[in-house]
Amino acid sequence: MKIALDIFTIFSVMAGAFFFLAGTVGLLRFPDPLTRLHALTKADNLGLGLVVLGLLPQTHWPLDTIKLIAIWLFALLAGATVGQLMACTARRGGGQPK
Amino acid sequence: MNGPTLFGLCAAALIGFGLYGLIVNPQPLRKIIGFNIIGSGVFLLFGTIARRGAAAGMGGDPVPQALLITGIVVAFSATALAVALLLRLFDEGGVVTLVSEASPTEAKADPPDA
Amino acid sequence: MTLALAVDIGLALLILAMAAWTIAVRDTFASVIGFVTYGLLLTLVWVRLALPDVALTEAAMGGGLTGALLIGAAARLRRTEATVRERPGVFTRTLAAVLSATVTAALSFCVLNLPDPAPTLAPGAAAKLGSTGVGNPVTAVLLAYRSMDTLLEAIVVLIALFGVWSLAHDRFWGGCPQLRTHADSEGILAYFARILPPIGIIVGVYIFWIGADFPGGKFQGATILAAMWLLVIGAGLAHFPPVSQAWLRILLVAGPLVFMAIGFAGIVTAGAVFAYPDGFAKPLILAIEIALMPTLVLALALLVAGAPQRMPPQ
Repeated sequence: MKIALDIFTIFSVMAGAFFFLAGTVGLLRFPDPLTRLHALTKADNLGLGLVVLGLLPQTHWPLDTIKLIAIWLFALLAGATVGQLMACTARRGGGQPK
Repeated sequence: MNGPTLFGLCAAALIGFGLYGLIVNPQPLRKIIGFNIIGSGVFLLFGTIARRGAAAGMGGDPVPQALLITGIVVAFSATALAVALLLRLFDEGGVVTLVSEASPTEAKADPPDA
Repeated sequence: MTLALAVDIGLALLILAMAAWTIAVRDTFASVIGFVTYGLLLTLVWVRLALPDVALTEAAMGGGLTGALLIGAAARLRRTEATVRERPGVFTRTLAAVLSATVTAALSFCVLNLPDPAPTLAPGAAAKLGSTGVGNPVTAVLLAYRSMDTLLEAIVVLIALFGVWSLAHDRFWGGCPQLRTHADSEGILAYFARILPPIGIIVGVYIFWIGADFPGGKFQGATILAAMWLLVIGAGLAHFPPVSQAWLRILLVAGPLVFMAIGFAGIVTAGAVFAYPDGFAKPLILAIEIALMPTLVLALALLVAGAPQRMPPQ
């Protein structure tokens, strides 16, 4: 059981790291602000989600587990808001932050 | 070579980088950033000393740690005061530059969208 | 150990590259963004050095509040910063490079020749920890062993705030500071500013409270609370009060005054300035922290806001 959970952790964190890598490549290679934002927020949401999911079996229930999930939810909320704000600015101002 | 020594050398390099930026960058805001990089390098140097003092079951010497926290807060306060001075200077003259009058370098105004 | 060292080396290279880019990049706004990223990387270094209290402070102050302050200033100065492009001549730059390299070399020499075993005050701090009643040695240093430093720090924050306020135009004297935002009360930022603060306030108070026994404390907690206030104001849901308000000024000076009163009361009750009588250390430390909390929250947020820029509506 312990080994199965460890393997789950390893695979899930690796999958998360892959999404971060893909998001970073997208951020550097995509042509315009909106697609770059898409790459970045996707990496944040999915990558961080998978890392958190993978780490859950390694934490102490309940406080540490809840804290870890809360971190993911905060990152989701902040990422969605900031992504939206930056997309609005990019559409209005042609990519120049005001 | 271990972690603290590595980050100590890193801190020494950061202080050098910050000093170079402080001298070379003409824009005042860039000088404030350079000054902050020097400051963080000093903090990191102090932090490696705190880490080396790990004893009695603690991860680091608590006295330098407490002074570091104090230092970071004071550095923020000083930065806020410097930025406020800079913005007031901008409000007064509309231009912010530290290029001295004695060596007239005609500031070629770039187009605003450059 | 080798894997940990590889991570450290990677982190050190990354942070050096980020610092170099922050210094060298042409656009000031990009430099500010680089500095914020640099602050977050520095937080990771503090974690690697096993100094979590400092890591929390760095994340909140170095990356967060300083970043907000610099981004605001860079946005206002954007037009003028672009016109100041010419750098000093080759001679000056070479001289600066030589000077910087010399400083770095001298410091590196010192780092490589630090005494071994390193001097430490940790055993002494651990020995007396029981008498302070707090479990986090860093909090014990801040509020028991070296509380004079912490008092002076709170006063420095206040003096910086008075300095910022005194830079106001005559016609805005005693008026309201202002954040420059494109606030839209129906926009996504306003939604965010309604959702986050209730949770953020709990997190801030939790970090403040847990600081007695675990990493955390009033500076980190106060920064989070200040950030929540700034978020609500930045989203256009509230405004800064005029800096001439009596309640604001009373709260600002209350923290240091309570601190000083308790410190000097130590002459009578425990025989020395800033000494706590036996058995009362924990409640007195708690009283100081609770009194300092509003002072720090207000002062930190108002430092980001800058000098007053408008008069309150009559």
